[in-house]
Amino acid sequence: MSAVTYLEAIGQAIREEMQRDEAVFLLGEDVGTYGGAFKVSAGLLEEFGPERVVDTPMAEAAIIGSAVGAALMGLRPIAEMQFIDFITCGFDQIINMASKMYWRSGMPVPIVIRGPSGGGVKGGPFHSASPEAWFFHTPGIKVVVPATTYDAKGLLKAAIRDNNPVLYLEHKLLYRLPELREELPTEDYIVPMGKAITRREGEDMTILTYGAMVHQSLKAAQSLEQEDDLQVEVVDLRSLSPLDREAILESVKHTNKVLIVHEDTLSGGIGAELAAILAEDLFEYLDGPVTRVAAPDVPFPYAPPLEEAYLPNEQKILTAARELAAY
Amino acid sequence: MRLERADLLQIYYLMRLTRAMEDRTRTLFLQGRVVGGVYTAQGHEATTVGAAWMLRDGDCIVPQHRDLGMHLTRGVSPRAVMCQWLARGNSPTLGRDGQIHIGDMHHGIVPMISMLGESLPVACGVALAMKIRKHPTIVMATCGDGATNTGPFHEALNLATVQKLPVVFVIENNGYAYSTPTYKQFAIENLSDRALAYGMPGESVDGNDVLAVIETVERAVEHVRSGKGPALVECKTFRVRGHSEADKADYVPQELREEWLAKDPLKRFEDYLTREGILTEAKKAEIEETVKATVDDAVSFAEHSPPPDPATVADYVFAPDGPIAIIGEPGAEDTRYVNALDSRTGKPFNAMAETAIPQFGAPEEVGRR
Repeated sequence: MSAVTYLEAIGQAIREEMQRDEAVFLLGEDVGTYGGAFKVSAGLLEEFGPERVVDTPMAEAAIIGSAVGAALMGLRPIAEMQFIDFITCGFDQIINMASKMYWRSGMPVPIVIRGPSGGGVKGGPFHSASPEAWFFHTPGIKVVVPATTYDAKGLLKAAIRDNNPVLYLEHKLLYRLPELREELPTEDYIVPMGKAITRREGEDMTILTYGAMVHQSLKAAQSLEQEDDLQVEVVDLRSLSPLDREAILESVKHTNKVLIVHEDTLSGGIGAELAAILAEDLFEYLDGPVTRVAAPDVPFPYAPPLEEAYLPNEQKILTAARELAAY
Repeated sequence: MRLERADLLQIYYLMRLTRAMEDRTRTLFLQGRVVGGVYTAQGHEATTVGAAWMLRDGDCIVPQHRDLGMHLTRGVSPRAVMCQWLARGNSPTLGRDGQIHIGDMHHGIVPMISMLGESLPVACGVALAMKIRKHPTIVMATCGDGATNTGPFHEALNLATVQKLPVVFVIENNGYAYSTPTYKQFAIENLSDRALAYGMPGESVDGNDVLAVIETVERAVEHVRSGKGPALVECKTFRVRGHSEADKADYVPQELREEWLAKDPLKRFEDYLTREGILTEAKKAEIEETVKATVDDAVSFAEHSPPPDPATVADYVFAPDGPIAIIGEPGAEDTRYVNALDSRTGKPFNAMAETAIPQFGAPEEVGRR
């Protein structure tokens, strides 16, 4: 068993779930013959045939809408958005069709909508989205964001087995990152949705983060230890909806300071809700202002200096953490 | 298709019941007993009942807001419909949604949403599942003239032909999308012409003539059942009332409305059946009595049903864990499956459960050829 990439782990999860359960199938643009724009589904068409690896027309509403219909029949479709930015073209199917279906009809809609999200690859305003906040705000859909290769596989398996719509946001910057290569267990495993994980323990401050920012936060935490003698705890949320409130509160109760880091824009982002939870539930525990590091409230820019200025990174996290530590 | 006497009477009954249910719903609205918007479909009865008449067990409808006739033809309980209008706690949506936004897959009905056109891709997904699982069944998906202008209409019809999906698309062209007449919506005469662009057969038919609708939809259904992919039928009808009961529709020229009122599908079918000696005075009285009793029963049942419990307002957002049955396959109603019953209540899905639609004529007469 050799170490695999984050991208290969996603492909493994799809293949193994399709082998395990004949109700599982994949549909999307270029997922079959071409194996997906990033080759996540390479080889699946040969193994499972065109009825279970469906190359669709360029039509996101039809992709997501037909996934909903197949799910109502009891299948478990995985609908791929070639880039997650294009999820907006199928927005209504998610918000009004899929997410309200069980609540109003009692019929489960077990679909996974997945696709490459996030920036840092010079993708510009239409190939770099972090769309989690729209769906985090929507009752009836779960949202998961794997940061590691192990989680990429385990969370996807959990999402496929879940009986609800799940938005699975894979970060394209992590797809082939050498340092994320990992040897995965040979036996079947899942990472349950709704469970955060502490990536690094510390006493002085908690960083709440997810996705690619987990790695920037871990780098910052290491620098803070070496240069500032600060012990920073890094909590990877993994699942935004359902949110692991217990893990969040647990960590902040003992560090008393919290920095929230996300790649999505600041206002109305996940951090805003986390800050509200902390203000409501841990008012007496906080020794400093709940602080957020996020992208500015502008669309995602293309040119390298602008992208660099836009994305949160280790340096921006360090600056914010030092200000917070001074309290 | 040869329609037996009993079939013709049953079709007439279903059209009559549809009209009566909507008339009563309107009264309830005017009395303030239906609290939300009311959308009815006077004039659509030949289209909705006629089209749905062509379906069999295991087939699925994907209806819209003017398709009560389709619901009733497929066996939806009038009680469930009235519970839904009156926002009862035992309505199919448990009071979460209104109107005829109801359905369950065991009975082959996808519940609509208000964003018209969006149900068409879902219909494709149901058909895709039938194709993947090699079921011999088909899907009938409807939309109005308004929804034909949406992106999902195009995406769905295109996907259906590319994937050769077993879907009959029925367009109910009733002349207006709310206040917007068809000439402001599209620049073609027949919406069935759009079928050509996707590579499927398309026909337009007088949607106020139930026998013509049945004949035309039969051809489409035959095409679809043979595995050749989807087909489209445009039923030309008219919305003789407003978009909703809050709409006086004074933008509709009086002479146009009169013209269509004269073509009322119920009256036309009634005249035909009377001429043919099928609908006798006695039979008509019997049907009227049954219609009235059915509607009275539905309203009374709904009015005696409890409102939803406010303490449950946060419930039912997520489905529970557990195995999911594939609908239409053996054992799908085994209660070990999360979707065998309505897992919100632990009881059978109740859209059809409450009252059966009466049948006219002896069972052997009802058989179709």
